[in-house]
Amino acid sequence: MITRTIFSGFGGQGVLLMGYVLSHGAMLKGVNVTYFPAYGAEMRGGTANCTVTISDRKIASPVASQPDILVAMNLPSLDKFGPTVVEKGLVFINSSLVNEEPPRDDVEVVKVPTLELANEVGSERAANMVMIGAVCAKSGLLSLKETIEGMKAALKAKEKFFDLNEKGIRRGFDFINQAR
Amino acid sequence: MSGEPALKYEKVFGRPESLKDNYTHYCPGCGHSIAHRLVAECIDELGLREKTIGVPPVGCAVLAYNYFNFDMIEAPHGRPLALATGIKRTVPDKFVFTYQGDGDLAAIGTAETIHAANRGERISTVFINNAIYGMTGGQMAPTTLLGQEATTTPGGRDARYHGQPIDISRMLAVCDGVVYIERCSLSGVKQIRSAKRAIKKAFRCQLDDLGFALVELLSPCPTNWKMSPKQAWEWVNKVMVNTYPLGVIKDTTGYED
Amino acid sequence: MLGEAAVLAGCRFYAGYPITPQNELPEYLSGRLPQVGGTFIQGESEIASINMIIGATAAGARAMTSSSSPGISLKQEGISYLAGMELPAVIANTMRGGPGLGNIAPSAADYFQATRGGGHGDYRTPVLAPSGCQELAEMTFLAFDIADKYRTPVMILGDGMMGQTMEPVVFPDPIDPKDLPRRDYILDGCKGREPRAIYSMILDINLMYQHNLKLLEKYEQITANETRWDTVGTDGAEIVVVAYGTAARIAESAIEELAGRGPKIGLFRPITLWPFPTKQLRSLSENVSKIAVFEFSAGQMLEDVIMSVGDRAEIYFYGVPGGIVPTPAEVAGFLSSVNSGDGKVGRRIEV
Repeated sequence: MITRTIFSGFGGQGVLLMGYVLSHGAMLKGVNVTYFPAYGAEMRGGTANCTVTISDRKIASPVASQPDILVAMNLPSLDKFGPTVVEKGLVFINSSLVNEEPPRDDVEVVKVPTLELANEVGSERAANMVMIGAVCAKSGLLSLKETIEGMKAALKAKEKFFDLNEKGIRRGFDFINQAR
Repeated sequence: MSGEPALKYEKVFGRPESLKDNYTHYCPGCGHSIAHRLVAECIDELGLREKTIGVPPVGCAVLAYNYFNFDMIEAPHGRPLALATGIKRTVPDKFVFTYQGDGDLAAIGTAETIHAANRGERISTVFINNAIYGMTGGQMAPTTLLGQEATTTPGGRDARYHGQPIDISRMLAVCDGVVYIERCSLSGVKQIRSAKRAIKKAFRCQLDDLGFALVELLSPCPTNWKMSPKQAWEWVNKVMVNTYPLGVIKDTTGYED
Repeated sequence: MLGEAAVLAGCRFYAGYPITPQNELPEYLSGRLPQVGGTFIQGESEIASINMIIGATAAGARAMTSSSSPGISLKQEGISYLAGMELPAVIANTMRGGPGLGNIAPSAADYFQATRGGGHGDYRTPVLAPSGCQELAEMTFLAFDIADKYRTPVMILGDGMMGQTMEPVVFPDPIDPKDLPRRDYILDGCKGREPRAIYSMILDINLMYQHNLKLLEKYEQITANETRWDTVGTDGAEIVVVAYGTAARIAESAIEELAGRGPKIGLFRPITLWPFPTKQLRSLSENVSKIAVFEFSAGQMLEDVIMSVGDRAEIYFYGVPGGIVPTPAEVAGFLSSVNSGDGKVGRRIEV
């Protein structure tokens, strides 16, 4: 089983951190994982994206031809990567910023109002944590506990953010579970 | 036994242990031979030979490892102070010095020179300024005087056309990592004695962990100046010192000479 | 990652000049090396940095520098001196787009520079090309070992993709520099022995001739002992892809995507780019009909493949220069073209 996830959005939306959290969670869980960011000029103010590949087998390419999961934090990301998602793939849309949907009906769309949910737990800054919580809950890639452990490992010494981020992740999980 | 008094011999002059018993390839009247001897005497007198690592330049002194009787390593042109930095940081208890000409230190290696000095590397530098490129056959040096003939300054160095001679010692003096810079010459007995005193003082700066120290030696090059050795000494003393005045350029050591 | 691997491999001296995309390495070592009694210096230039490495290795340290393409160009002078003076050192090159300032994307355009010397003189540089983080960690150890064993600079060649990809890594056991064999040619003061001199200038033509022959013999030994490559599914394959570094991983995924459709495709991955596994590729090419070369460049390793394969098999080439990273699907498209001979992706190389 191999799952390729692309996280994409504006620089500053915490897109790469979402990938970090998923990667670290997967590593701690004991499965194979690669994390490949688009970096450099793109990181400085433009769009940023990263690809996280998780597999129970050896992973060859860290680059994905077609993602199984797309996390689109802004409209350009949805436009760019929406058409590349596999059939029956998952497309998470940050509905606080994006009203559009991908023009195809062979993928499952999950709209997450990240800013509103993050505000509920204390700060808009947790928006990316809400999203990664929703992604892990819906996809089953990581459990709630594994996601929180991944966040702590990804942030290492920045313990002052642990509390808010954990609340964000829990809110993302709750959002998916309530919808079920 | 006869009543004659026994002859007693006392050795009053000889080859420093830090010099090998080799003939040098330097031209008659060249300053390098004298400078080598001064460096060797200072290293002997400070008891440093067995812990010394020397870095010669690319230039006439590139073969200095044939003459100095301690560990030495060649450096690419202009890079002795970067290379010496790597040595000194790896074995800080050793004594590390560079021996560089004007092209090496003040042209192609200017960046390495300035930054090693500014970092205050605990390295001592002997800087041979003969205002000409010796090994390559007499081309303009960064330190060539205005009006001086070189094979690439036909008619003499022109400030507007070739640029001004550079006074790298004064430039280095503004760097805070530098504790001592003095300019001496190798063009007379008195000057040579003064040069030795300065070299020894520069070496002490390293031993006392004070910072970077450099001694600039105005050095005759009769061959490329197209002069006799005697004329070359006179040219240093009468002409060269006008552009490069002798004396202490910087001294924050607190040493009493 | 590479930084920690270097420290564990006994590296105690690093000097380098910042250049993207490899700044994570010096940033890490600036804090890490002092913790183990080592030295980190941010040099004023790549030139100064490689010369600091010369000094440090001459004084006995396991020493490393790193850079990216334009910076490696500046280091070539020092690498030539290391080869001439027979001093060990490790140079990590995270390639970027070029020529000139190029860009900072994952190009692999410096195969020629890495494997053909780059600097002046009659010398070779062993070049290791890991394809992932685990292999990079292990090859950092190997690079220092080869450097010490043969007294030669060794280059670790990666691309911007490897510079940024993160994967879990299990590090080899650490090496204490004190446990390494003492090198009998270093400079540490001549107490109790004759003075030593380390130099590369040999004016006597007969001695220079002898020195060149000695180096040549060393390079032949390295070729005999250190040539490394990997194969995936080449037994019974009709088509074999030749790719190195991260390009090989994309190719491997492309092969997986095509599995079960069309002829069997294998992968041949040179791990040492110099010495290139010429003999191994040659004998493989006698049993396959087509060799498909894939590179992040306009065609550099291709020349070594041509020299190895000759006309034993048809050679096809797909090069993506500039730092664009093709997806496995695009490489699979190339392989389909190779199979069908439709020429839509890539091109046939006439030998």
